[in-house]
Amino acid sequence: MIGVGKAKQYANVLDKPLSRGRQEVSLSAFAFLFSELVQYNQTQVDNIAELERRLEDAGYAVGARVLELLCHREKGNKRETRLLGILSFIHSTVWKVLFGKVADSLEKGTEHEDEYMISEKELLVNRFISVPKDMGAFNCGAFVAGIVKGVLDNAGFPAVVTAHFVPIEGQQRPRTTILIKFAEEVLHREARLG
Amino acid sequence: LFASVDRVNAELFTLTYGAVVRQLLTDLEEVEEVNKQLDQMGYNIGTRLIDEFLAKSNVSRCVDFKETADVIAKLGFKMFLGVTATVTNWDAEGTSCSFILEDNPLVDFVELPDTCQGLQYCNVLSGVIRGALEMVSMKTEVTWVRDMLRGDDAYEMRVKLIKQVPEEYPYKDDD
Repeated sequence: MIGVGKAKQYANVLDKPLSRGRQEVSLSAFAFLFSELVQYNQTQVDNIAELERRLEDAGYAVGARVLELLCHREKGNKRETRLLGILSFIHSTVWKVLFGKVADSLEKGTEHEDEYMISEKELLVNRFISVPKDMGAFNCGAFVAGIVKGVLDNAGFPAVVTAHFVPIEGQQRPRTTILIKFAEEVLHREARLG
Repeated sequence: LFASVDRVNAELFTLTYGAVVRQLLTDLEEVEEVNKQLDQMGYNIGTRLIDEFLAKSNVSRCVDFKETADVIAKLGFKMFLGVTATVTNWDAEGTSCSFILEDNPLVDFVELPDTCQGLQYCNVLSGVIRGALEMVSMKTEVTWVRDMLRGDDAYEMRVKLIKQVPEEYPYKDDD
């Protein structure tokens, strides 16, 4: 048989060895796909909030899988149980694998105890997107917020995660901040653990 | 060629595609409808992707469908997905052939559940090829003949040239 690939067949996806995750595709391939994701979801909604929610849902599915994958591959089947641990796992490990770099910053909110922020000057998903004026505060970062939420929820840190544009002085494009607001139970548990 | 383009981790791409498929399954319920939508999305991508391909790859006009197929297999797949395909099983007229994918970055971590047996998971790829070729005046029909997710031993796409639309004067080329 001509041209039979070298890829091996596995009866079950779990029998397949875990790849090292070094493979890459072109950024345009991802950008084209993401753009189709956004455009398709636009046809399914009639307001911006709903569109962001649907992008967040899509991201959530990615986050849940990334957590599982990275816990196996990078952390010897362990996952973080402490608040700062899981946050730095997202800020460094998850970001590095998905976006090729650690996030620009991870900060604690100054006004609220339960709020944390991950900021990125040029978030991958916002790189090729200009939001039309009539779509107001719409932020494709909702997809990344969904990824973060997917990781947090599945690691046992339920939180509300949202994406916002924050203008930077002297720069034309705003940075994107992913705002994480943890559920009360998370903070209680954290306090108990001391 | 692949080394010269900006790249992202393939897992982000794979998992995002999985999220797309999952959303479509939830919204459209019918597997057939999902196949159609994936093909449509691919088509949309193909019609835009061809511009980037022509701009960056420096290929000149292909003389025939055979050469076109080779360019897609060797350069097209490489530039966007970092993999190459094999072109084989030509018919006598040289108007239909198969692309065989050795590596398929779309299907990592994927297993088709029993309820989705009719799903053409990679339909976006066939849509891309159809859309891109249409932009260079070739009407094609692209179908999947083998799919490892369905237990076959390779990924094989059949591309059939239906019609070569002659370009009308004035030619859009600069030369």
